[in-house]
Amino acid sequence: MEWLGRAATDTQITHGRRLWLYVLAGLILLFLILPTVIVIPMSFSESQYLEFPPQEWSLRWYRNYFNSTAWMQATATSFKAGILTMIVATILGTMAAYGLHTARIRFSGLIFGILLTPIIVPVILVGIGVFYVYVKIKLVNSMIGIVLAHSMLAIPIVMMVVSSALKSFDMNQELVARSLGASRVRAFFIVTLPQIRFSVVSGAILAFLTSFDEVIVSLFVSGGQNSTLTRNMFNALRDQIDPTIAAISTLVVILTSLLLAISQIFGKKTDQ
Amino acid sequence: MSHVAGPNAYNLRRDALIERLALFSLTGPALLLVATVMLVPVGWLFWLSFLNDAGGLSPEHYLRMLSQPSYERAFRATFEISFTTTAICILLGYPLAYVLSQLPRRAANICMIAVMLPFWTSLLVRTYAWLVLLQRQGIINTWGIKLGLWDAPLALVHNLNGTLIGMVHIMLPFLVLPVYASMRAIDPDYLKAAANLGASPTRAFWLVFLPLSLPGLLAGALIVFILCLGFYVTPAVLGGGKITMVANRIATDIELFFNWGAASSLGVVLFILTVMILYVASRLVRLERLLGGGDA
Repeated sequence: MEWLGRAATDTQITHGRRLWLYVLAGLILLFLILPTVIVIPMSFSESQYLEFPPQEWSLRWYRNYFNSTAWMQATATSFKAGILTMIVATILGTMAAYGLHTARIRFSGLIFGILLTPIIVPVILVGIGVFYVYVKIKLVNSMIGIVLAHSMLAIPIVMMVVSSALKSFDMNQELVARSLGASRVRAFFIVTLPQIRFSVVSGAILAFLTSFDEVIVSLFVSGGQNSTLTRNMFNALRDQIDPTIAAISTLVVILTSLLLAISQIFGKKTDQ
Repeated sequence: MSHVAGPNAYNLRRDALIERLALFSLTGPALLLVATVMLVPVGWLFWLSFLNDAGGLSPEHYLRMLSQPSYERAFRATFEISFTTTAICILLGYPLAYVLSQLPRRAANICMIAVMLPFWTSLLVRTYAWLVLLQRQGIINTWGIKLGLWDAPLALVHNLNGTLIGMVHIMLPFLVLPVYASMRAIDPDYLKAAANLGASPTRAFWLVFLPLSLPGLLAGALIVFILCLGFYVTPAVLGGGKITMVANRIATDIELFFNWGAASSLGVVLFILTVMILYVASRLVRLERLLGGGDA
């Protein structure tokens, strides 16, 4: 315990006098991780009631999930929407970021700002707005409708990731390729894209997660055959606490952490 | 030479312009998508908010917002909850960021995983977890009673408490990251200098460290406040239907009453408030700081 008497900083305050601060920080960290960590053991409980620690272990709620047609259909919808959103948003977002970066037109900043608006506008407003228009053009509850709305939300994220990669990319390399006879398109695909590919992949993963995790817009525009996982989960949460959700949550936590870890690793690679 | 260079330069300039326009057209599809799925619908709602039931122009929806107490309550609840959440985030986030900034980098990075974990967990998963933790027979209540901290189960969820706990949990990382970044950027020599000049550790903290970390704190607090204004899911689930923030009110106006005008006018006001606060914020702190969080 001699450690407590030692100086913690250059201003000579001791660890002992700052002990309360360390305890507080530890408690706050616990508060931050507790909900994520608690769901995992709960999902393996045998009981209907959510006691902790569980008395008996079982895979009951996982079986429940995998045997339920409604949950399976919702999961399939979410994956389909996520993958399609990823494709649309990554292509459109990368094109836009590249276009704005190279065109150097006076309005570039303005256009960039317009493309970022989906981040600033409250999602509830986007949700009811999209719902209103979809009712008119009969896109409610359709996969196309969900994918278009989610892509719109994901484009700004892809753009931010890709344009920051382009900023650190030396455009002269493309000029060299073109002076050696490559067309603009060819130069992009064989010189630029391979060098920003990690950011593009990282943007694509974030686009998938944007769609996969999205609740509010999905609540309004998805439904019926095409109800998303988040929509079903939200409705289940409002009704009663069904431990099946713990099982689904655990699976979602594993999936998102894996994807985000990949995107972090890929994102880091371009920095160097 | 000049009579040859003239048309040639003209052609070159024209080619360059065409090329730049071609490049610029790459933004077309993204712009088209954002315009049709975002600007047109939101613009349409804006228009609807100024129409009365007969379809004539009138400010009736906005006037109702002023006259009907339930709308005023929703706005007041939104501001009170956002303000309280921001305050709690500052009280919890600042000490946490401080401790993290004092740790060696490697240890701090490991702790950062804990801070980032909520970011990485789906919103609904976390909401569900709080429901489980906070309910009457939930883990917090059983353990609290078992340890003798309190006697009867506390009402922790399906009310304001649950909403605040859930929102603070979601928003805390948004505060910790910019504060941590600004604290890491403080040169420790300043504190040494203060100590050298006779300041006690506490005095050095208040006079030197705190003022230097304020820009990060301001950026974090503003982003937390702005994001809180639009909350829907947490009050809906953890508030158990008792907490009505503006976003919840908008949803009920649509789901129950199909009152597009009323919902739109609320949405417009919420949006304008957000933009106004963001504008004021951008004058106070650099906007990248707000949107980019901390990348120390």
